[in-house]
Amino acid sequence: MNYVIIGNSVAAVGAMRAIRTLDRDGSITVISRERYQAYGRPLISYLLGGLITEKRMAYLPPDYCEKNRIDLMLECEAIAVDTKSQSIKLKNGESIKYDRLLVATGGDPFVPPIEGLAGRERVFTFTTWDDAAKLKAVSGEIEHAVVIGGGLIGLKAAEGLHLLGKKVTIVELADRVLSAAFDQPAGRIIAKKMEANGIDVITEDTVTAVKGTGSTISGVTLKSGNTIVCDTVIVAIGVRPAASFLNGSGIEVNRGVLVNDHMQTSVRNVYAAGDVAEASDFFTGQKNPMPIWPDAYIQGDVAGTDMAGGDKEYAGGLAMNSIEFFKVPTISMGITNPADDGGFEVLTLREPENYSYRKIVLQGNRLAGAVLVGVVDRAGIFSGLIREKVDVTPFRDQLLDAEFGFVNLPRELRDRLFAPERKQQF
Amino acid sequence: MKRVYSLEDVCIGCHLCEVACITEHSISKDPVRAFMHEAERPISRCIVEESNGGAVSFSTTCRHCIDPACLQACIAGAIQKDDQGRVRMDTEKCVGCWSCVMACPFGSVQRNTEKKRANKCDLCPDRERPACVDACPNRALVFEKGDN
Repeated sequence: MNYVIIGNSVAAVGAMRAIRTLDRDGSITVISRERYQAYGRPLISYLLGGLITEKRMAYLPPDYCEKNRIDLMLECEAIAVDTKSQSIKLKNGESIKYDRLLVATGGDPFVPPIEGLAGRERVFTFTTWDDAAKLKAVSGEIEHAVVIGGGLIGLKAAEGLHLLGKKVTIVELADRVLSAAFDQPAGRIIAKKMEANGIDVITEDTVTAVKGTGSTISGVTLKSGNTIVCDTVIVAIGVRPAASFLNGSGIEVNRGVLVNDHMQTSVRNVYAAGDVAEASDFFTGQKNPMPIWPDAYIQGDVAGTDMAGGDKEYAGGLAMNSIEFFKVPTISMGITNPADDGGFEVLTLREPENYSYRKIVLQGNRLAGAVLVGVVDRAGIFSGLIREKVDVTPFRDQLLDAEFGFVNLPRELRDRLFAPERKQQF
Repeated sequence: MKRVYSLEDVCIGCHLCEVACITEHSISKDPVRAFMHEAERPISRCIVEESNGGAVSFSTTCRHCIDPACLQACIAGAIQKDDQGRVRMDTEKCVGCWSCVMACPFGSVQRNTEKKRANKCDLCPDRERPACVDACPNRALVFEKGDN
């Protein structure tokens, strides 16, 4: 069997591991636009900020590819897929055949047309190792950077630059930072903490024009009419599934590549996983691109399993994010901003003076989401309760307790989790 | 593979499993030194939970899952499965993002906030049986073969 994976990040790794579990002999070829072995993509802010060395970027053990006979084609770009002849056309003119293909190309940063942005030298996106390296290479000359977008990528870029001693201003269109992943109180706590550390956060505003002469930036103008003097602009508005090379292939692409719960696309023997895919949502079952790291791994694992003849089903994407800014850890999962009419119930506990906040979102007798700021220990217990669709009625009043644990759960559940072999004896 | 299982009916809530875990992962491997004299006291990888003033108690620890949610969530490649199926945390690679804490449904990855590194059970690779199991005075922890 000849497996080809386009992309070399977490979904690709999930897939190659799954394939090798079931098929020791088939050939696995990985095509990557980048020049690096698989690396921890979210680590680029740590690299920029000088918190880790390049050596620590590696996502797999150094001998993994050799040991598992993974043929890596780096700095190689797939430009088209012919699903009839089952071949991939590469930018260098070559073609590669596949028996099973996984599209795991991730997302490309979205750069909107902003007046005066094109042609400037110090405009960056922030999604790849090379992005971080380029930014770091000129960081000595940066005095003030404006980050457009207060999502995870924007905040992480801002943090990295701040660690290098740069003045940073974040400009976010929504009424708070991290509006997609976190709720309002959590977003406000994080913004407050960033401001206390010298990062300016401007909300409900956006950059309408970039000013400067030639390739040099001198500042930006905001929608409100305010101006900010700066020399660097980071565009961190979001990512879009990197699926344009599939145009004309017959593979159905909506916002992302549409996949079923085995990560199969509309075309036989072609799979998609990770940020490029549009898979079903855990709660609604509706197709939805979800750029979430653990989900990308899980999708890759499901795809690889199916590609190698095994059977695993995707349970649906469950959003979850964990970030820490200036020693305030923050975790969110599931539905964090429930609709007013969805039959949700929200429990909260706030201690703003300690940068501490807990929120539990219930739907009927089930846990649908959680936001934890400050005290995040054992947060995964909540993700387990969500995934396993556990009836939380008997212990719902204890869910906000910082010490919440398995002791609050029915005995039967506990035994199933921690004493599975002995379950019948008591 | 062998895992540590917890039998709550015979757990007496003494927390000796936690003491043994901390001791085993200390430099001196001596409880008094580990707790009183070493610069950094390790974090226990097992957690004893209690309720009703101790009427219910049991020890929780890593299940070394077949498909570990912590591994899937780790952004740094710090969590790997070894050849025997043990889920290992490389604290040198960990960046302290707490994604594993977010993902583990067993609440069995601990935060070392001082070092900004996550910790988890390694099944005591230098011992025949994990230290927590050996330390349990009422055999409420067993090290046995099981599927999950």
